[in-house]
Amino acid sequence: MTAMLTEQQFDRIFSNHSPTRDSLIPILQDVQDTMEYLSPEALEAVARYLNLSENDVYGVATFYAQFRFHPPGRHRLKVCLGTACHVRGSGLILEGVSRRLGVVPGETTEDGSFTLERVACFGSCALAPVVVLDDKVYGRMTTRKTQKIIEDTE
Amino acid sequence: MSFKKIQEQANLEWEQFTRSKPLRVLIGSATCGRAAGSMEVMQAFEDELNKRSLTAQTGVHEVGCLGMCYAEVLVELTGADGRRVLYEGVGPGFVPTLVESHLVEGNPLLDKAMAVMEGEDLEGVAHFSQLPNIQHQVRVVMRNCGVIDPARVNHYIARGGYSGMHRALSMTPDQVVSEMTASGLRGRGGAGFPTGVKWGFARKSPGDVKYVICNADEGDPGAFMDRSVLEGDPHAVLEGLLIAGYAIGASQGYVYCRAEYPLAIERLEEAIEQMREKGFLGERVMDSSFSFDIKIKKGAGAFVCGEETSLMQSIEGKRGMPRSRPPFPAVSGLFGRPTNINNVETLASVSAIMEKGAQWYQGFGTEKSRGTKTFALAGKINRTGLIEVPMGIPLRTIIEDIGGGVPGGKKFKAVQTGGPSGGCVPAQFMDLPVDYEHLAEVGSIMGSGGMIVIDEESCMVDVARYFLTFTENESCGKCVPCRMGTQHLLKTLTDITEGCATPEQIGTMRKVGDSMKKASLCGLGQTAPNPVLTTLRYFEDEYRAHMEDRKCPAGVCRALITFHIDPDTCTGCMACASACPVDAISGEKKKTHHIDQDLCIRCGSCRQACKFNAVVVN
Repeated sequence: MTAMLTEQQFDRIFSNHSPTRDSLIPILQDVQDTMEYLSPEALEAVARYLNLSENDVYGVATFYAQFRFHPPGRHRLKVCLGTACHVRGSGLILEGVSRRLGVVPGETTEDGSFTLERVACFGSCALAPVVVLDDKVYGRMTTRKTQKIIEDTE
Repeated sequence: MSFKKIQEQANLEWEQFTRSKPLRVLIGSATCGRAAGSMEVMQAFEDELNKRSLTAQTGVHEVGCLGMCYAEVLVELTGADGRRVLYEGVGPGFVPTLVESHLVEGNPLLDKAMAVMEGEDLEGVAHFSQLPNIQHQVRVVMRNCGVIDPARVNHYIARGGYSGMHRALSMTPDQVVSEMTASGLRGRGGAGFPTGVKWGFARKSPGDVKYVICNADEGDPGAFMDRSVLEGDPHAVLEGLLIAGYAIGASQGYVYCRAEYPLAIERLEEAIEQMREKGFLGERVMDSSFSFDIKIKKGAGAFVCGEETSLMQSIEGKRGMPRSRPPFPAVSGLFGRPTNINNVETLASVSAIMEKGAQWYQGFGTEKSRGTKTFALAGKINRTGLIEVPMGIPLRTIIEDIGGGVPGGKKFKAVQTGGPSGGCVPAQFMDLPVDYEHLAEVGSIMGSGGMIVIDEESCMVDVARYFLTFTENESCGKCVPCRMGTQHLLKTLTDITEGCATPEQIGTMRKVGDSMKKASLCGLGQTAPNPVLTTLRYFEDEYRAHMEDRKCPAGVCRALITFHIDPDTCTGCMACASACPVDAISGEKKKTHHIDQDLCIRCGSCRQACKFNAVVVN
């Protein structure tokens, strides 16, 4: 993981977007897709391309929950806290996983293997409670089953 | 190519899809299906067919979601006799048996079959339309979900798609607006404003550049209707947007979709490409003088962006904060131009209305709430999933007949409609007709269509606190009533669940909630107190039990409960002891276990682990 993209990587991203303000969020999304988070250096480069102040770019980026400002772990474990998941006990799952990994939501384990996140709703409510590991959706979860997928991933 | 030619081609492809190969396998593969393992099931089918050298005569296809999420993975098989049978709960291990029995020998497996989709009756298996959960449904928005392959535009066209746009182009834009007004369609995003009237405002607004936006930022936790439609039938929504663009005189459309829906975005991108190839997008749509294009904008995870003025700020590349209205978007919206914004379900209804006519649509629903509404049924209910019913249907029909009631013989307590903006409808209103007016009468709202069923094991104070945690977190902070109001309500609710609030605070909560409704800038703040106000209205006794007796009647609020092991039911299996994260449970094999109350953190793991219901809550 680097704190900066190469010039070629930036060029590739920028070439898909016009240097107008409405490109800001799509560019930030592309940068995050490439480097997995937004470093101060990357935000500065985006600001320069769009001729906006860094302050302005940072203000927009921090408004949206999607953007991260620290490198994530190798695996991202997301626990859904949507309504259906909540009434079916997702709070317990989050708490159990949090205890197991020794981190609170938003943090990454010390060895850099997992980042724990809470999500407002995945829209897979019929399978509640839902846990998503990287891009795989697991339905009808329990604390136990979640511990198991963590062990299997480690 | 003329539209007629395009239709002929599409019909040919549809024929091939339905009849060309003697055997066919359809697998429901929307997000829900995939989470339940549909991709593994598909692989198993391909392997098995390959092994038996049946690949050449069998068509294997992905389809969208039929809405019966509780029964995933759903597989539809067509054998040599042409009969289509739907199977539920199919896992990869079961595939060889299915192929052998149904496809090779022609004997459908009766015990796993859920319904006959088409063809001769099967003993003991109902016809799809006669299933208790299907017979009350009317599918307009979901007309193609689970029926067509969503990645193929020709399937959509063969089922009547784009003939609505074709018809619209033979009318003047004003006539299209009138048709929409006559249909009685009301915005399905939550507020229920008449769609035709809204279009009329944007149409009449002066300006040579106008925009139409499809709001696919389905942010309500507990709602997934829009996702299913976008994944199962993206063209139905895009055609609606195209028609809206023509009606108001816009040349650019946007779809603002949540980034949390990657499959929906993929399907939309594919669909837009196909529209371009068919000449339904770009210069001179369908050889008319109308030109139109569509861009996809991915949301970045802010609930408030479901509010129209915030959404437009977000498209413009700014922080998604609402602004006061007027001016309304129809006058000054995106980039300061007249803009019309409709949600996914509204637009999927628009394409159906233009195809079949306003008169046809008026045949569904009630006088003031025309048409059908989709609901995402989840929570404590047997048949979770997506349903579409005519407006005005009794709540009881939805919960009992379609949803199959509450699991485990538990008592139905309330249904939460409208997500964080809505309220709880208690059990005494089971016969309430579900439409805009009646839901408002009991203090809730239609909202976008989330319906979360709550049973006796859920604490209403905890439910209210859950929603306030959400809205407090998502409040953008621009206006004081919402920013401070959500904080205050959440603090009080937390105090109540922790047993440190006094009954006088009930009055304060009502007052704060009332001020928020009156003074907040946008819908988020105006509706955020609803979950508190409705639970207070119907479940004040539960609030009082927390405050006066320091008790949580449902046994949920941790500060007010203790766990015990019932010696008569405990079998001494040790399951709870090994599940306990803090080693608070002692006991030997085959002897009653005991919970040390000083060590217990009341996480409920033991209760979840016990197969004998021996862990009781006091």
